[in-house]
This record gives sequence, structure tokens and C-alpha cells, in this order.
Amino acid sequence: MKYKKELFYRLIFNILAFASLFFLIGITIILFKEGLPIFKQLPFFKFVTGEYWYPTYDPPDFGILPLILGSIWVTLGALFICVPLGVGSALFLNELATNRQRSILKPLIEILAGIPSIVYGFFGMVIVAPFLQKIFNLPVGLTAFTGSLILGIMATPTVCSIAEDALSFVPKTFREASYAVGANRWQTLTKVVIPAGGSGISTAIILGMSRAIGETMTVLMVCGGAAVIPSSIFQPVRTLTATIAAEMGEAVMGDSHYHALFAIGLVLFMITLVFNIIAEIISRRFRIKLGLGR
Amino acid sequence: MRILKKSAITFMVFLLAAVPLFAENITIKGSTTVLPIAQATAEEFMNSNPKIDISVQGGGSGVGIAALLDSTTDIADASRPIKDKELDIAVGRGIEPKAHVVAMDGIAVAVHPANSIEALTKQQVKDIYTGKISNWSQLGGPAGKIVVISRDTSSGTYEAFNSLALGGARVRPDALLEASNQAVATVVAKTPGAIGYLGLGFVSDAVKAVIIDGIQCSKETVLSAEYPYSRPLFMYTNGAPKGAVKSYLEFVTSSAGQYIAEKQGYVGLQ
Repeated sequence: MKYKKELFYRLIFNILAFASLFFLIGITIILFKEGLPIFKQLPFFKFVTGEYWYPTYDPPDFGILPLILGSIWVTLGALFICVPLGVGSALFLNELATNRQRSILKPLIEILAGIPSIVYGFFGMVIVAPFLQKIFNLPVGLTAFTGSLILGIMATPTVCSIAEDALSFVPKTFREASYAVGANRWQTLTKVVIPAGGSGISTAIILGMSRAIGETMTVLMVCGGAAVIPSSIFQPVRTLTATIAAEMGEAVMGDSHYHALFAIGLVLFMITLVFNIIAEIISRRFRIKLGLGR
Repeated sequence: MRILKKSAITFMVFLLAAVPLFAENITIKGSTTVLPIAQATAEEFMNSNPKIDISVQGGGSGVGIAALLDSTTDIADASRPIKDKELDIAVGRGIEPKAHVVAMDGIAVAVHPANSIEALTKQQVKDIYTGKISNWSQLGGPAGKIVVISRDTSSGTYEAFNSLALGGARVRPDALLEASNQAVATVVAKTPGAIGYLGLGFVSDAVKAVIIDGIQCSKETVLSAEYPYSRPLFMYTNGAPKGAVKSYLEFVTSSAGQYIAEKQGYVGLQ
């Protein structure tokens, strides 16, 4: 009886564990199936280098270069905010904070991760954008910079908690050895702890980047959404994700516009896949370097 | 084991309780422009017909019509007539979309309340949106960049504006994209140099509707089709409506239903 029960639970958890694989395969198949037909109409190269996005006109233009650049522009901007904030707070939490400070700060940072993105978007649209418009004297406050600022804050908890994990994996003996040869706290931090946790911190940064490039609702609301190749950070831009979110609801099923939106999803999927593979490679190297094995 | 049985029974009782006996269900899906009318009329209709259960969803005209073609909705809301491509699919699947006009909608062109511009011509609106005019000084206002706000290229409001105001010409690529009427209203209200277009129902004191070709956007001018940017709003059914769907649609077009549509900011047909 007991043995059978165990087998039963084993089976259940096996199925649950493989369910995510099933979903991943399903999503990938659908993305390819619905996205590839657009490339019969125009070559992939023209799709990613075209400068105009006019999907509903006759003849339509399906050029996503402005959208790709918009996504990259906003994501790079977000990195300038979430890396110092995230890595800095991870270092503080792990190295300097007292237990009391830690017990307050850590849950607070985690709450930041739990705020729905539409709330960030609304906050950005109604408060941050008019404020930036006034202080920088811009024609409109919905710009790439506004998006970067808010995405940076949104990605901070991701970067912080993964970087903090990486730092806490640095064996205690490393620090003790460092102090033993007479290094002070600052020297230990910069010469021992950060290099040892370096690849973990890089993983954190790359995953933060994935988070920023995949974010949809917020960028749709605060980046302005002009599908032009950006020339300044104080200019409205449109991202890949915002385009899909704004247009999928009304696209005619089976239309070339519909397939083009799926193809954008495919491009986005490739970009985040590359990020995730890089992150995985780096974090593997990091485990091996610290002798944690795999 | 006993606990498991007990909880299974409780669960089934809950399931049964969740499905009221003899209730008729109507699903409505589609355009976010028609959504407020559908929601408010459905509520009122369910109050007087407790046996009929109506679920209302947004998603957009395309989503609604796609759902009608998939037979997953009884009524599809649309702020545009059905497209030829969609009709082809319908014919292939043996579905006969039937249009019912439920209200009129006027698309207002709005600027920031502090803007000195009061009136524009249709040509000027077209020039602003296609990129020929980029500064308020070209229109007799104080110098300043015009922040042109548009909708996502596949929303019903965009399509209506594009055909009514721009004659199908391309909107300038640097126009801002907002995903809803409400978002357009918010951004115009917060941006002194902005111009945007939105359903008459979404115009409030926070923005200023511009007079087009000498005609103010109002209920009267939209209903008489004097105002250049006015359009009908539809509910589509598969074939002639029957049963609960028929009585619901009759309610929507009745004077009580039209009164509700007016309260939501649209223009009633009567």
C-alpha cells in the first residue's frame, strides 16, 4: 500500500515537473507556426531592417527596426539604473547591513517586485512623465528616458535578489583568508568577494535585462509609442512588446498583420533566449569556480 | 480517505450551486468603445430578467468578430463594419454576421485646455496627422512643437479616424501611440502641446474639443452626421437574433437602452 502510494505521488510530481517543458514546447511551436508565414511575404532580413511599421495599410510596411532599437534603447537605459541600485543594495545587504536592517530591507525590496506593472505604468504616466516634461522642458514627458527610469526601478529587485544570492554563496573561508592576510573590509569586498561572486552578479544583470526587455504594460503606457528610429533618450519610442500588446487585440486572425505580430514575438523570444543562455553559461562557470560543482 | 470523499462531495455541491438552474447565458465580446454600452445595458437587462445571465468582455472589435466566427460569443461588439476578409471566413464556416446599430459615436479632436487654438479645418487636421504641419505657429498659435497623439494602428477608433479624417493616408511615424481612449484623454490633459482624437464619450473638462470645419462635436451634430468625424457602433449576431439575445438587443435599441447609452457618453439613435 505504502509503496504504491509513493509511486503515485512520484508520478504526480513527475508530471508537474514536466508540465513546464510541455508549455515551453507548445509556446515555441505556436510562435513558429504563426510567425513564420510572414517571411513568405518578405524576407527576414527586410523584416528586421525595415524602417517603417504600417501594418494595416495597403500595401503594408512591416519594418521592425525602430521597434528593435526602441526596445534596446529603453533596456540599456534601464540597466544604468537597475545595475547600480540592484548590485549596490545587494552588496549592502550582504556585507554591511546589520541583521535588523536586513530584516526590514529585504522584504521591502521583494514587495517592489510584487507591484503589478500596470501600477508602475499608471504612476509613470500620470506623475513621472508630467514631472520630467516640466523639469527638462520637453514637448512631451512620455519618452525613452521615462520608460528606462521606471523599468530600472522594476528590474532592481530581480538584480538585487540574484546578486545577493551570488554574494552569499561566496564561501566564508574566502573572507576569513582575506582578513587573515591583513586586508581590510573594503579590500576584501573589492578584491575577493566581488571577483568571486562576479559571474553570479553578471547573471543577475543579464536576468534583469531580460526582465526589462520583456516588460510590456509599463512601456506601452510611458514610452510614448512613436515607431521612429530613436535619436535621443528624450524622445518617444515604441518597443517590440508594446507593439504586440497594443495591436494583437484588434488584428484580424490569419492576416499578415497577425503573423507579423507573432514574428515580433519570435524575435523577442530569440533575444531573451540568448540572454538566458548567456546567464546559464556564466552561472555554471561560477559554480565550478567556487567548487560547488553541479 | 474519508476526508477526501467528504471534500469531493462539498466541491461538487459548490459546482452545482454555481450553475443556476434554467438560466440562459449570453456572451458579449468585442470593441472597447462599445463595452460601456454593453456593460450598462446588460446590468439593467439582468435586473429585470433575473433568469438571463450576460457576461460582457472587451478585447477589441477584431477579437469580438473573431469570437463570433469561432462561435464562442453570441454577440460581437464592433466600432467598425465587418471586413471583407472576416466575411470570407464567416462564409467558409457557415456563419451569417448580422449587424445591429446600437448607438452613434463621434470622434472628437482634442487639445490641452490652455491651447489658444479653438477651431481647425479638416485639411489642417489631416496635415497635422500626416506630418505637413508640425508647429502650432503654422496654425496661428504660439510657437511650439505639436505632440501628435494617435491610437494603435488596429483599434476601431484609429480605423474610423483614419478613414474619416485622413482619407486612408499614413499617420506620421513619430506620432505617439496610446492604447485606449482614456489614455489619450490623460496624455492630452497633461501635455500642453498635444493634440489627440478620442470618442465623444471620453471628452471631459480636462481637454478641449476643437471645432472642425465650423462644427462643434456634440450629440446633435453627430446624430445628424453634420460633424465630419461621426460613426455608427455595431453589435453583430450570427443570423437573426433569437430568444434571450433577441430580447436583449430589443432592450438596447429601446428608449430605455438608448438612454443608458447616452449616459455613457454616446449618442442615442432616438
